[in-house]
Amino acid sequence: MGSALDVHRLHFAFTVTFHYLFPQLTMGLALLLVILKTLALRTGNEHYNRSARFWAKIFGINFALGVVTGIPMEFQFGTNWAEFSKAAGGVIGQTLAMEGIFSFFLESSFLGLFLYGEKRLGRVGHWVSAVLVFLGSWLSGYLIVATDAWMQHPTGYRILANGEIELASFWALLLNPWALSQYAHNMLGAVQTGCFVMAAVGAFYLLTKRNSSFGRTFVQTGVVVGVIAAVLQMVPTGDMQGKLIAAHQPTTLAAMEGLFVSQQGAPLAILGQPDVDKRKLDNPLEVPAMLSFLTYRQWSAHVQGLDAFPQDQWPDRVELLYYSYHMMVGLGTIFIAVMALAALLLWRRKLFETRWMLWILMLNAPLPYIANTAGWMTAELGRQPWLIYGLMRTARGASPRVVAGNAWFTLLGFMGMYTVLAMLWLFLIYREIEIGPEPENASGAPAATAVAAD
Amino acid sequence: METVWFCLVAVMVAMYVLLDGFDLGAGAVHFLVAKTAEERRQVIASIGPVWDGNEVWLLAAGGVLYFAFPVLYASGFSGFYLPLMVVLWLLILRGSAIEFRNHIQSPVWIPFWDFTFSASSLLLAVFFGAALGNVVRGVPLDNTGYFFEPLWTNFQLGDPTGILDWYTILVGVTALLVLMMHGALWVQLKTVGDIRGRAARVANWSWWGVLVFTALLTMITFEVQPQVVANFKTWPAGFLLPAIAVAGLAGVQFELRRGNERNAFLASCAYLLGMLTSVVFGVYPMVLPARNPTFSLTVQNAKAGAYGLKIGLIWWVIGMLLAAGYFIYVYRTFAGKVGGNSDEHTQRYGG
Repeated sequence: MGSALDVHRLHFAFTVTFHYLFPQLTMGLALLLVILKTLALRTGNEHYNRSARFWAKIFGINFALGVVTGIPMEFQFGTNWAEFSKAAGGVIGQTLAMEGIFSFFLESSFLGLFLYGEKRLGRVGHWVSAVLVFLGSWLSGYLIVATDAWMQHPTGYRILANGEIELASFWALLLNPWALSQYAHNMLGAVQTGCFVMAAVGAFYLLTKRNSSFGRTFVQTGVVVGVIAAVLQMVPTGDMQGKLIAAHQPTTLAAMEGLFVSQQGAPLAILGQPDVDKRKLDNPLEVPAMLSFLTYRQWSAHVQGLDAFPQDQWPDRVELLYYSYHMMVGLGTIFIAVMALAALLLWRRKLFETRWMLWILMLNAPLPYIANTAGWMTAELGRQPWLIYGLMRTARGASPRVVAGNAWFTLLGFMGMYTVLAMLWLFLIYREIEIGPEPENASGAPAATAVAAD
Repeated sequence: METVWFCLVAVMVAMYVLLDGFDLGAGAVHFLVAKTAEERRQVIASIGPVWDGNEVWLLAAGGVLYFAFPVLYASGFSGFYLPLMVVLWLLILRGSAIEFRNHIQSPVWIPFWDFTFSASSLLLAVFFGAALGNVVRGVPLDNTGYFFEPLWTNFQLGDPTGILDWYTILVGVTALLVLMMHGALWVQLKTVGDIRGRAARVANWSWWGVLVFTALLTMITFEVQPQVVANFKTWPAGFLLPAIAVAGLAGVQFELRRGNERNAFLASCAYLLGMLTSVVFGVYPMVLPARNPTFSLTVQNAKAGAYGLKIGLIWWVIGMLLAAGYFIYVYRTFAGKVGGNSDEHTQRYGG
């Protein structure tokens, strides 16, 4: 232990949290862009191409920031977590290397074509490039989730005499059941970010009475896809994820639910602040027996609380884990309500005139970012005190020669640089929204986009 | 098997240097070849659609290094902690500059991004060179298998060892000259008019610099890393690699004089390939030489498990064939000179 370890943890947590703000929108928008391009191809309506061109600009800015903040992630496995890399690189290096070779080459090659080659590629060619960018980004998501899933629930490995971990089955690593469930849950989160952002921009246009035809398309696309994603996020994927945690990480389940005492008919805590020293929740607001039911489908089932485990196996940040999980679930519930209400109004053909609902959609845009971040914090804080669940403690994974002073130096450097990048991102995205899509009566040439943009 | 992976990692690093090398080089000569904001836009347009894909080679090579030689990845990356972080910051600045330069039309911000782009490209060339210099010179690995180098100590080769010393700085300067030549040849290939003429002149004078520094550095390297001499003595066939470098370098000057832009650029690629493979051949079987040779990391003691390496070979070949396909397609689609207004990506990157 010691302060260097804490700095290394904060270093990774900070850089990965900031990084993931970008891919979640990229992956969500990639799907929505394919939908818009497909609509354009099938209806022949140039309106959908104009819509896609507008979102492609936002996608491009967002993608660039995802790339530049993504490179540090791969490097940090070696720079800050050398002992972990030495022990497990032969396994998780597989998925990380495959991400570079199978997704990044695909994504970067066809993104260039998608953004700058609409004229050269023609209608079908441009649609294909959109699909390939989508495939590349979603494949990249899978390989990263598979890497994390292996740390959550290691499969397909063998431990050697010197403590190094070797790959024993490629397919067990790649088709880890944890990865499949986590991937579905994670991608739905990304789709929700894309949908809420698209709907928010559409709502903004409708509320300000500008670009109204685009406003309607954006709100409609965002809400129709968003309501499906919001529901699937909770059932079945959230539920599946919860069952996996109950089966394989019971300590994590107890900590994230704030269940200090093992009991039959365990309640589900909605509110309440964990007091770890006294092992209780302050002012708890609970649904009786609900946790037992959700976990085991039996109202009287016995659920293990934190008291069932020695304290050195508890996640070391119980409070933060508890709040991350509750924020994720709380926001997820709000998203279902918001999207369902908007979908109902859309179905009744009232949504575009219902200003209060448009206001809600517009102001909702930041919330999926918080929910996605909280979800990842739940996964990673829940994995503690393990770096590889059951195999390697986090305390053993850091680089032995990188002292706290050097780690602080680079962490502060990243903090400064990312603050500037965040301001730049907000400014550039807001500017694109202000400029808006090319007008409906434009000639339809992609050149018009470029002129309007520059 | 581990020797196969040693070669494959070397090939991927070489691909990275060839490809990202020209766009880093274009950045380093940015202000030398382009005198107006419009000309600078053309330099950036010449790399616009491809720089990102080129940089992916760094990530892909890093990933392959990670899974094939995890011990090297752990030891090398934590030991080179500080320069790698500096490299990351420079890559972030550079990527932002390329992508965002044309988003904000302003007499203040365009020169700012131009400067950021050029300065970060230039420093990256020097840092990558210095990193190569560190590997060749050897690092202070001990019996734990780890080391840590501060950015500099007393600029001497011996204890305490720093990232920057007179030898690694020399390699850094050489790398800068090489990439300036390589980048200028690329700009020459992709542009017309004044900017093309200036690029040819920059390529020419940096060629003389490359010639002098390559000769100097080669002699010094034989002193600094005795393994290099030993390897060439053991396997004389290895002389083919420096021969490719020499032929490539001669080819650059020959083709520059003939005015064949494409061949001049390809000759420069051959030079880079020859130099890098010579270095790699020279340090084999070490992957990270130590100042005290008993602690050196070799292909044997740094490799991953046999099963993983075998299965990796299958997907590596499939993935590389796919990637090669994309690259050929993209470079063909964006072939030709930038600057004409019919060109979509020029307009995208244009004002």
